[in-house]
Amino acid sequence: MKFSSLKGYAFLYLVFLYAPIVLLPVFAFNSGTIIAFPLKGFTLDWFRDLFANQTLGLALKNSLIIAVSTSILSTTLGVFAARAGTRFKFPGKPGVMGLIMLPLVLPEIIIASSLLVVLLAVGMPLSLFTVILGHTLMATPYAIAVLNAAFSSLDRSLEEAAYDLGETKWSTFRLIILPLVTPGIISSALMSFTISLDEFIVAFSLAGKETTLPIYIFSQLRFPKQIPMIMALGTCLVVASIVLLATAEYFRRRGLAKTGAKDTGGFL
Amino acid sequence: MAASPLKRWARSEAVNGYLMISPTLIYAILLLAAPLVTLVAYSFFTDGYLVVIPEFTTANYSQAWSDPIFRAILTRSVIVSALVTLVTVVLAFPIAYFISFHVPATKKSRWLFLITIPFWTSYLIRVFQWKVILNYNGVINSILTGLGITDHPLQMLNSIGAISITLAHAYAPFAILPIFVSLEKIDRSLLEAGLDLGENRLMTFWRVTLPLAMPGVIGAVMIVFIPTIGDYVTPELIGGGKLPMVANVIYQQLLKIDNKPLGSAMAISAMLVVAAVALLFLFLNRRFLRGSK
Repeated sequence: MKFSSLKGYAFLYLVFLYAPIVLLPVFAFNSGTIIAFPLKGFTLDWFRDLFANQTLGLALKNSLIIAVSTSILSTTLGVFAARAGTRFKFPGKPGVMGLIMLPLVLPEIIIASSLLVVLLAVGMPLSLFTVILGHTLMATPYAIAVLNAAFSSLDRSLEEAAYDLGETKWSTFRLIILPLVTPGIISSALMSFTISLDEFIVAFSLAGKETTLPIYIFSQLRFPKQIPMIMALGTCLVVASIVLLATAEYFRRRGLAKTGAKDTGGFL
Repeated sequence: MAASPLKRWARSEAVNGYLMISPTLIYAILLLAAPLVTLVAYSFFTDGYLVVIPEFTTANYSQAWSDPIFRAILTRSVIVSALVTLVTVVLAFPIAYFISFHVPATKKSRWLFLITIPFWTSYLIRVFQWKVILNYNGVINSILTGLGITDHPLQMLNSIGAISITLAHAYAPFAILPIFVSLEKIDRSLLEAGLDLGENRLMTFWRVTLPLAMPGVIGAVMIVFIPTIGDYVTPELIGGGKLPMVANVIYQQLLKIDNKPLGSAMAISAMLVVAAVALLFLFLNRRFLRGSK
């Protein structure tokens, strides 16, 4: 490909996209306590602080509990919705799907405040459980988007063949459909996990006295002394999410290859 | 041997569809529709100290809307969101165009992957990194003073511009993907036809590519504009808390001051303003959306 101004622009755009992320390890390994150039020297102290930090460990544990639960719940709800949406016609379908997909475009503060108001009204104490409820609501539309692709590339005749061969509805689902959409399920689960792990404002509103990882990060950003450790934490998170994403992408592609669909690219 | 009406009913596609979707639908009704309805109801209720009195009143709305500070914050939120949307979409369009028209088909998904990676890394930390970049002793000022371009570091934080750049970065993939999808759908022979009929490249782009890409551009505008207005973190971190947006005051009313009816009225007001702006935008662009299939 010959050089073009468009390619040059694309390169600059990638610099814009990646600059904040590339800077994380730069300051995470820098021995200066102030986040500024010029850099001082190489150190692993911030990572040592990070792994010795018990509050952080607790926040991470909470976040993992929430993210795993959210991932399972929203993927399960997503499977029902994607199966219904791709396989059946029923009256009012656009409205029903519209309601379910609404959190995708609703400002997060609206989700957070409406859930907060209703949970307090019914007297449910704020805890990790209420955060899971909120995160599941937010992650389900993303799960459906991923699963829709998996379910809509299913060949209906495979299912009919199974019925003709005497399988029941449930055994057909278990033996034919589930294996074909498993890659979609895995990538949906990983995506919901990532969304939940990173979500701040709903957790901030619904966690009560509990702390999640983003809540902890937000509380520490006010203290300049803690910033280098946050940079180290950010570096770890970037590495972790790249690994997760690459895994999700691998399964998404394998799923497409399995059902013989054309790769249309992208997660969303 | 005719099947009983009940059996036929149970086997009908509509019933199966509803059964299948019911868990997700019930969840959405309980945790989305009901809370939204409650929020609307609260906005018309009266605030008693620590309790909400279910007495109909419009006082919350008149209190919110007659408050010059709330009006200023709401106006600022709309301006910032509009600015962010403009910057994000204008920056994103060439990228979507580049990937769709200039990247070989086999490498397209790799490019999309490359663009979505930053989006999946910690939002809070990404926002904070812009503070690191734009700070008084931050990355940009270090470069500028290091190269001797300026002696006085620029004051860039705590401004609407800084908030806009940060949010434009955060929402980049949301703008690129819908535009990319609509560009992919364009029949390439239309472009050849345009060129064959004597239009130059620029005119072909202007009269064929751009109108056909408009549904994607409009989608991108919606998906960036609507969530941006409810952002809490960026005004707090990048605006230094001195330039609050509507999410910050809603949060304050609901959790800190604990005036739930007023907070609800503010949340509903913000949502109505967002919806009004979004509908106006859709109306102005209706000719691009008509009959697109």
